[in-house]
Amino acid sequence: MTVTDQRATFDCRQAFAEELISLASQDERIVAVCNDSVGSSNLVGFRERFPDRLINVGIAEQDLVGVAAGLANAGKIPYVCAAAPFLTGRALEQIKADVAYSEAHVVLCGQSPGMAYGELGPTHHSIEDLSWLRAVANLDVIVPSDPVQTRAAVRWAAAARRPVYLRVPRFKVPEVTPPDAPFAPRQAVLLREGNDVTVIAIGSLTSRALEAADRLRDEGVSVRVLNTPFLDPIDEDAVIAAARETRGIVTAEEATTSGGLGAAVAATVVTHQPCPMRILGVPRVFAPTGDTAFLLDHFRLSADGIIAAVKDVLGHG
Amino acid sequence: MALLPPDAARSAGYRELTARIRQAAQLDRDTAAAQPDRETAAAAELARVATDVRRSVVRMIDRARMGHIGGDLSVTDILVTCFYGVMSVDPENPHWPGRDRFVLSKGHCAAALYSTLAHCGFFDPAELDTFMAPLSALNGHPNKVKVPGVETNTGALGHGLPVATGCALAAKMDSASWRTFVVLGDGELQEGSNWEAAMAAAHHGLSSLTAVIDRNRLQQGARTEDTNALDSLPDKWRSFGWEVREVDGHDHLALLDALSGSSTGRPVAVIANTIKGKGVSFMEDRVEWHHKVPTAEQVETALAELAG
Ligand SMILES: Cc1ncc(C[n+]2csc(CCOP(=O)(O)OP(=O)(O)O)c2C)c(N)n1
Repeated sequence: MTVTDQRATFDCRQAFAEELISLASQDERIVAVCNDSVGSSNLVGFRERFPDRLINVGIAEQDLVGVAAGLANAGKIPYVCAAAPFLTGRALEQIKADVAYSEAHVVLCGQSPGMAYGELGPTHHSIEDLSWLRAVANLDVIVPSDPVQTRAAVRWAAAARRPVYLRVPRFKVPEVTPPDAPFAPRQAVLLREGNDVTVIAIGSLTSRALEAADRLRDEGVSVRVLNTPFLDPIDEDAVIAAARETRGIVTAEEATTSGGLGAAVAATVVTHQPCPMRILGVPRVFAPTGDTAFLLDHFRLSADGIIAAVKDVLGHG
Repeated sequence: MALLPPDAARSAGYRELTARIRQAAQLDRDTAAAQPDRETAAAAELARVATDVRRSVVRMIDRARMGHIGGDLSVTDILVTCFYGVMSVDPENPHWPGRDRFVLSKGHCAAALYSTLAHCGFFDPAELDTFMAPLSALNGHPNKVKVPGVETNTGALGHGLPVATGCALAAKMDSASWRTFVVLGDGELQEGSNWEAAMAAAHHGLSSLTAVIDRNRLQQGARTEDTNALDSLPDKWRSFGWEVREVDGHDHLALLDALSGSSTGRPVAVIANTIKGKGVSFMEDRVEWHHKVPTAEQVETALAELAG
């Protein structure tokens, strides 16, 4: 059994819903907007407390995001709660034009991101969201790794006064965030000190990176583990320092390798401090059938996969 | 992994059975008035196939411990009537250019589609046991690259009607006689893309296009009319330029009639009034059975009820 298996794990939708209800009870501008997704976004409790502040537009994601932008225009703070693939895929232009370009304070909450919907297949996987949304100007992109970061993201977004996309993890993850960790744009979280190689991980891969670092330490390899809950804007200083102080960087994310964390880190190091890198994620293929755990292993998004990439960097570094 | 082909007997069986159903249906239509309960040969055959399909749906979802059982049971009679009573397809030659096209836009009901396709002989029914298992061709939503009989990949709602419109447009451009069928969920109609396609299909006079709406009045979390109301649905389709037929979506003979070709030169919308969870008493018209998974005991009960 692996280290992560022995720890309690959490579906972050619960932390998300609790934090949203608590915020909404203090700030009546907060509303939830959903697309026939009351259950899947864990909004049943919200609906019971604030029946008049839950807007269900039906199965209509473009309308969903447009309506949210209109609500924001009138001073409300909409939390749009929809399965991440449909929210970001179907409503991408609404996100760009109505929210980001129009500077609307809308909080886009992509539920069950990555490959959380495993067996339901590529239509239901949201692995492109990070690439798509990093390409949109004026939109913060947050990828929480655990319930602590999920709560912090929900809270931070309420006061952000700007467009935000945040992933709400459903695939169960252990807590990884230390009590004094920062949560702010351009603020990485240092999870392990180390000076041989740096692993930068987000979302479901963070606990797997920690497991890899612990196992590598037993082999005498010192791995620095960084986590960047804000994928955009990313903590460039921490990335550059890692490139300078260690022999290379491995990035790990539950997303396509074309434009997410790996691309953000690569662009930073190439510009400021070139270093060897390995980018772990879903290669540009549609996933076969399988549950989330199976697919993560299938794409080597595991402690074993991270360990192999670290060794690869050292071999070439 | 590639799906195994069926044995030759199954394909021959499909050809023989569909021929028999069509013959009977033709007779029925001519003598309908003389048949008080319309309990006819064709209807009985279709009902028998539908029961088989429903039973295998229950077993697939039991095995996978996942699925969309309510919508599967709702759409089964529509699927079976299309494949056995109306469409020209050749399971042994799924890419035959002259085939009728079938698109299951409500792709979450893949179990009912797979079960129907296997029953017809597009692949070995033993494959149904792999539904959603690691590396199976039978994903939770249909994949045309892996499953013969699937025309386009669905699962994200609101995609089927535009694609079907494109199919029908191609047939018109080529003066081909094949028809295109697309099955839509009623909740799915809340997606605007449907109405963009509905306008286009009418504009182009796509009389070879038939859209069947599985009107079970439930969506994922609630009733359609309590979420984003659709009524009056027939008026909506009519005003978009479609010929509208409203039927009981579990009455095979009524479906056979409704699925016949356009009589107006316009695309046809069949509003099939159905019951979500049809055939299993404790699932019928209950929203939680959208994707709830039955317990072992409930599976027993369901199979017993579906045995007739
Ligand atoms: C674009 C998109 N949004 C949301 C979903 C999630 N979803 C799957 S099934 C479903 C309800 C569908 O209701 P309906 O079309 O009425 O089908 P039925 O009730 O017959 O199962 C929803 C919202 C989806 N698959 N695609």
